[in-house]
Amino acid sequence: MSVYTLEIDGREVGARPGETILAVAREHQIEIPTLCSLEGLSTVGACRLCLTEVEGASRLLPACTTAVAEGMRVRTQSERIARYRRGILELLFAERNHQCAVCVSNGHCDLQALATSLGMDHVRVPYRDPLLSVDASHERFALDHNRCVLCTRCVRVCDEIEGAHTWDVAGRGIGSWIVSDLADPWGESSSCTGCGKCVQVCPTGALFEKGKAIGEMTKRTAFVPMLQHMRGRRR
Amino acid sequence: MTPEELRSRAERRRLEESRFSERLRVCTATSCASLGSGALFDALSAEIHRRGTGDRCELKRVGCLGLCAAGPLVMAEQGTGSTHTESLLREVRPEQAASLLDGFRDGFPAEQSVPLDLPFFRKQRRIVSEACGRIDPDRIDDAVAAGAYRALLEALHERTPADVLAEIDRSGLRGRGGAGYPTGLKWHTVAKAEASQKFVVCNADEGDPGAYMDRSVLESDPHRVLEGMALAAYAVGASEGFVYVRAEYLLAIERLRQAIGQANQIGLLGSAVGGTAFHFHVEVRLGAGAYVCGEETALLASIEGGRGTPRPRPPYPAAAGLFGAPTLINNVETLANVPAIVARGGDWFASIGTEKSKGTKIFALAGKVAHTGVIEVPMGTTLHEIVFELGGGIPDGARCKAVQTGGPSGGCIPARFFETPVDYENLAGLGSIMGSGGLIVMDEQTCMVDIARFFMAFCRDESCGKCVPCRVGTVELHQLLDTIANGRAGTRDMELLEEFCDLVRHTSLCGLGQSAPNPVLSTLRHFPEEYRAHLRGQCPAGVCFPASPAEEPPR
Repeated sequence: MSVYTLEIDGREVGARPGETILAVAREHQIEIPTLCSLEGLSTVGACRLCLTEVEGASRLLPACTTAVAEGMRVRTQSERIARYRRGILELLFAERNHQCAVCVSNGHCDLQALATSLGMDHVRVPYRDPLLSVDASHERFALDHNRCVLCTRCVRVCDEIEGAHTWDVAGRGIGSWIVSDLADPWGESSSCTGCGKCVQVCPTGALFEKGKAIGEMTKRTAFVPMLQHMRGRRR
Repeated sequence: MTPEELRSRAERRRLEESRFSERLRVCTATSCASLGSGALFDALSAEIHRRGTGDRCELKRVGCLGLCAAGPLVMAEQGTGSTHTESLLREVRPEQAASLLDGFRDGFPAEQSVPLDLPFFRKQRRIVSEACGRIDPDRIDDAVAAGAYRALLEALHERTPADVLAEIDRSGLRGRGGAGYPTGLKWHTVAKAEASQKFVVCNADEGDPGAYMDRSVLESDPHRVLEGMALAAYAVGASEGFVYVRAEYLLAIERLRQAIGQANQIGLLGSAVGGTAFHFHVEVRLGAGAYVCGEETALLASIEGGRGTPRPRPPYPAAAGLFGAPTLINNVETLANVPAIVARGGDWFASIGTEKSKGTKIFALAGKVAHTGVIEVPMGTTLHEIVFELGGGIPDGARCKAVQTGGPSGGCIPARFFETPVDYENLAGLGSIMGSGGLIVMDEQTCMVDIARFFMAFCRDESCGKCVPCRVGTVELHQLLDTIANGRAGTRDMELLEEFCDLVRHTSLCGLGQSAPNPVLSTLRHFPEEYRAHLRGQCPAGVCFPASPAEEPPR
């Protein structure tokens, strides 16, 4: 098997053909911030937080979807990238309602952790504060649209791992929202198996288990690559 | 069908036409149809029937005659050879049917005649729109008589795919959808890809505000686009094609479907085209009203039946496109250039235009200009020629302020740069883009902040919502522009505007978001004083601030 040699942040690293920049970076403990990406799920390149500078490319490329190439030179950190990442987080915080102090996922939230680690300490654009609904029709779980960042992890885990495809995105632009089945209440969904995988992969407090109080909702995502791994072996 | 059979078919149709000494061509493209050309056609038809002159006078439905502002348009032709005359008549009403027919004898009313030596016609160079307004788009024989499918059959019988590719290379043709990517290069990539199945897709999801070039071509001469697709398929080794048209283009869809059916029937598309081993099946797919589906990866997702959202490239569609197969995607106008290039040679095409932009470009002239309509001019024509000569200048003696090109992805070019020859590089250098061909002329009463806000609202409404910078960034940018336009902004808002323009431009996933800030950036660059005036609470164009309460008209 051939091996590529490339440079990430000045470090020479080896990679297998077909791997993404993100996968190779993580193998070598080079941290690239991500939100929509989750190991074990397909990649969509939607959150734009993992944008990196690749020498010779006219645009910034998302590490999660860009395949490595021989001799590639990648920069995952720069003043410019840091500014963009903070700007994207500002937009995410301004888009809906992310009041950490009253959130079930406070302290266990990917969005919150990203803001902390990337130094996004205030939002300069006006908060939009839309009054969105909370779907609590399911017996064990609930979906608070106000906390959703539209990363589509729930959509993908339900489709790709559980095989139910209960979730999808409806509407467009700023009016996009996650729907179950044909925009039916979650509790009335005929396709939902109640497995709760979507709740576990949700990076924020948008999907949560009922009965959890502020800061009590912790999520476990390690099962996704495990399941993929087991299935791959069985095949 | 062999090339000889095609030739005799064309000859037969030409002979049939030459029997008529009087010919009336009525524009039935959308613009004239909306002004009542359907009723006009019926009235003329009834009048000819009443007079019993059907053997002498031919009445024909045609596509776009160009000068949309003056519709419904009728082209009246008389005689052949040296005695041949043409008169273009404007604003013809159904009740004028009888007097119009009398006009062949008594002469046509001067006040309704459009002089054909106007720069609007004289300065055009028609390659793509060569047969527009001449042929009946519903009759394949009419297109064949005008030369349709000749290049295809000759290529299939006498030339190799590599030969066709080389011709496109030599022509220097670049994508007419806006980005100007070299067409030959794209074709080579698809041709080189090894796969048992390849596709050719025609992007007819035209959606820029004010732009309707592709609609006009599809309504007037659908066979040219289909022939271009077939030639492309032959060159790259594809056997299936899709035309992705927006569902709002009812007439274009109807004519396209009709054209595909007719071409299939006489073996110019479908299985064993022209009796050769080449197969090419074309299907029409309708867009469901999403501007973003003009972006190639979103378009493919939509054809596949999925949600029309883009995906990151690479891989490019040329490597992994429709259903994962190598796919060639070209815009309507690009494909419509192909038959002429293959027939007359790449060198001929390359002799037209500028050094880096070859051939012609179709523009939809709109806005504050005397002659609105569809024009095809050689690359390198200056904006001044387009606006003041072809376009006939600004009505009511108003002063021209700028032209907007490239729609929501483009920018405003101020009048002081009008001597610039139009090509891809020059327009990009001025902070705009060639775009697909919308050209909106603006006078002094247009506020540039208002225009920037309009286009940002468009991008906000058309964002698919997949990536964060475009989904939220366009909303915030629109709000900032709104604040500025309403005179409630400060210098801090201007800084934020510039910073988030930069962010949205460089971090968005697809072309829609990446180019959404362009109208803002170009107006900031060329009209900074207008933004400054708004910060002081003034709108130089008198658009943004309501008149003082005393002057407000009573409700």
